[in-house]
Amino acid sequence: MRARPYSSWISRLFVVSVAGLAVTGLLQMPLAERYALTEVPGLAWTGDFFLVHRLHSYFAALLLFTAGLAATNWLRAWRDRLALTPLGAARVVILGGLMVSGGLRMYRNLPSVTLEPALVVTIEWVHLGLAVALGGAALAALLRGPSAYARLR
Amino acid sequence: MKKSGATQSGLSRRGFLKALAVGGAGLAAPSLALAAPGEASATPGVAADAELVTVLDLSRCIGCGACVEACREANEEKFPEPTKPFPAMSPARRAKPEDWSGRRDIDDRLTPYNWLYIQSVRVRHGGADHTVHIPRRCMHCVNPPCANLCPFGAANKQTNGLTLINDSLCLGGAKCRTVCPWHVPQRQSGVGLYLHLMPRFAGNGVMYKCDRCHQRLDRGEVPACIEQCPEEVQTIGPRREMIAKARELAESMNGFMYGLDENGGTNTIYVSPVPFELLDAAIEQGRGRPHLKGVADVMAEENSAATAALLAPVAGIAAGFLGIGARLLGPGEDGHATQSKEGDDAR
Ligand code: SF4
Ligand code: SF4
Ligand code: SF4
Repeated sequence: MRARPYSSWISRLFVVSVAGLAVTGLLQMPLAERYALTEVPGLAWTGDFFLVHRLHSYFAALLLFTAGLAATNWLRAWRDRLALTPLGAARVVILGGLMVSGGLRMYRNLPSVTLEPALVVTIEWVHLGLAVALGGAALAALLRGPSAYARLR
Repeated sequence: MKKSGATQSGLSRRGFLKALAVGGAGLAAPSLALAAPGEASATPGVAADAELVTVLDLSRCIGCGACVEACREANEEKFPEPTKPFPAMSPARRAKPEDWSGRRDIDDRLTPYNWLYIQSVRVRHGGADHTVHIPRRCMHCVNPPCANLCPFGAANKQTNGLTLINDSLCLGGAKCRTVCPWHVPQRQSGVGLYLHLMPRFAGNGVMYKCDRCHQRLDRGEVPACIEQCPEEVQTIGPRREMIAKARELAESMNGFMYGLDENGGTNTIYVSPVPFELLDAAIEQGRGRPHLKGVADVMAEENSAATAALLAPVAGIAAGFLGIGARLLGPGEDGHATQSKEGDDAR
């Protein structure tokens, strides 16, 4: 039986974007240079803060596209036939928070925008906290077997 | 040289308070710097009157160093008092502590204990010799990469245009120094939050730089370096006004400006009677000794990437309305044909 009732290319887009976001997200911290990742052949780019930041935005674009697509399909066609699994629902909430906080973070970086520093710090730490929470929830879902977000009713 | 009142004399205390009040109005609303109608501004944030700009008239600076001294005195309580010995860090070969605590007197470069220093050069221009002294510190960029790329929200631009590193949040990874076009922030190990987390594996102190005397600004006072300068080299005020003054001043001395367009615009404008290329070639450069080269907006590509990402959900929603990926596959359906067709649709 299929583990996921929706098309697998949607899952693939999702997995690629989240994996890319996890890697480039971790690399926002200045670790690549310190832990010699930049010395590994082919990984010198991990030390380029601007590039890694840009990649994070591009993976975010992919995730936001996928989320927009899935949400629209959910509202238009899926919600009567699909039900979120409990861990799926938890991850949807966490992902929603990540997307909102990440979106605000990108908005804040636009040249004509200055947000209150206290708000920026909150956005930043909510984003970091939710990233850790998503990692935990994803791990829990994988350990419990079928990790799909939704199944047929 | 043409005397232009406010630029030459500096804003009076009263004038400055008035300027702050103008800024304060902007602070109440999130200061999204919208350009006023009809005001097509090439420099981002030009209309952000909440932002304060300093103009430095280099033709007046005598290199006396009173500003450097004033900066130290005014900010002494913010200087790091590191705990020693520093915690061991891994990998020891690559993670090295930086310690300036025994060299607090150094004043010929930027350090965690010296947020302002003077570059002095002699250059020939227009058939004459010029001695030029250039007070150097953080430029307070309009769209500061040090803050935009700080992963912990420790470095932040305030709504009044200055960029501040929060010493209780900074972990000292020095990313801000790497991404700053002038590599301004300087690190002191053995202080700050990292000591209480995993000092062996992450962090390496706190980054320090000019914070534009933000507490003084909050009290309605001008920064210490401006107040103590005997030659009134610096002027501070709302961005639009200061840009006009800098332009006027540059015109009056047939001079040159630096900082107005650098890195997409900064809240510091140097005005000099000699071209900055000549100054850049003459000044000593290196760690803690910033250059004076032209700087393109280092955040430009980041801005396009962010804009793409912020628009992506709209594209996703549109695709959803077109029915892309909407078909669900029942149990036992293998869906290969549909899958690849929809895959093609999506690309
Ligand atoms: S105090 Fe004024 S004149 Fe003296 S070095 Fe500083 S800016 Fe120049
Ligand atoms: S000059 Fe450097 S440290 Fe100062 S605001 Fe700009 S990027 Fe940040
Ligand atoms: S504004 Fe304040 S912190 Fe910055 S250089 Fe002047 S005195 Fe120092």
